[in-house]
Amino acid sequence: MIALLGLLVGIGAGLFLDPSVPVALQPYLPIAVVAALDATFGALRALLDGIFDEKVFVISFVSNVLVAALIVYLGDQLGVGSQLSTGVVVVLGIRIFSNAAAIRRHLFHA
Amino acid sequence: MPDTDPDTDPVPERRPAPEHPGDGRAALVAALRRPPGRGQVVAGVLLALLGFAAAVQVNVVNSDTPYAGARRDDLVQLLQTLAAAQDRASREFQELQDTQEALQESTDQRATALEEAQRQLDALRILAGVVGVTGPGVVITINDPDGSVGAATLLNAIEELRDAGAEAIEVDDTARVVAQTPLSDGADLTDGELLVGSRTVTAPYVLEAIGAPETLSEAVVFPGGLTDEVETLGGTVSVDTPDEVRITSLAPEADDDFVEPST
Repeated sequence: MIALLGLLVGIGAGLFLDPSVPVALQPYLPIAVVAALDATFGALRALLDGIFDEKVFVISFVSNVLVAALIVYLGDQLGVGSQLSTGVVVVLGIRIFSNAAAIRRHLFHA
Repeated sequence: MPDTDPDTDPVPERRPAPEHPGDGRAALVAALRRPPGRGQVVAGVLLALLGFAAAVQVNVVNSDTPYAGARRDDLVQLLQTLAAAQDRASREFQELQDTQEALQESTDQRATALEEAQRQLDALRILAGVVGVTGPGVVITINDPDGSVGAATLLNAIEELRDAGAEAIEVDDTARVVAQTPLSDGADLTDGELLVGSRTVTAPYVLEAIGAPETLSEAVVFPGGLTDEVETLGGTVSVDTPDEVRITSLAPEADDDFVEPST
């Protein structure tokens, strides 16, 4: 319940405060959001599997974001930033889909 | 479970699974009803971060400066694409401009040709006497009380006028004189009547001619000219040079049953 509230509060704060993103962070923000989404879906699936652990959630959340940002940074340094970003988004998207499928099986038995 | 997920690696289960392990809805409801704890607060903070970042990113993407967050490579590529598009557009513009110039030129040529053709048409219509004309000229009245002025005298008068550059000639406001117009005394006409073309004219004969007034009147009154000739026959000639001579009668359309242009 608190997690759900936190999500809503975060969205509201982001929409109403409308802060400007520092230039240095601009390439990483979208990838970080997708990585965090992946971690969140994984956590929801674990919750439904009955094996949710907030420590694992926190670590996977933070590490997902950091690794995604690192990959993008590396890609930018190597001159393949946009391609690598696309690759990361594709991989994370596939994982989000498979997690969503598991969640769907849990909730709807289908 | 068909999928293995590194984020959900099996960990020691702290909470007992729901009584029916397959019942996800019950697990979800149980999770929502769980009393607040440290873990929930941490998860809430992380999710708040996620929501915040997502909302900010959405704002950035939807903002008025959509390229603010784009990376340099993408911007360079975008710039190149735009430059290529501009090249294409300007080439197309150039082609269209050329086409417009060509069309304009051909329109001008057509207009010039049309103007020239119209000018020739006007000249030919005046020559053929199928159009009313007006301009400076002379009005020559031949009084013939004795009825002794014949077609030959009138023809002489007309020839003198033509020689003096008359551009259009008319007799008695009814008979237009053009190249094909015949003059005759008429077999069944009385004295004082002449046949000009298909029209009968009666004395006094009034010749109207358009041309240079001085030259035309000179052509009539010179010694041994029309005036003397008519006076010898017992008539009189008067010459008037009004500012504007109006010729309204028309010659019949020329027949061209036999003649054809040769190239």
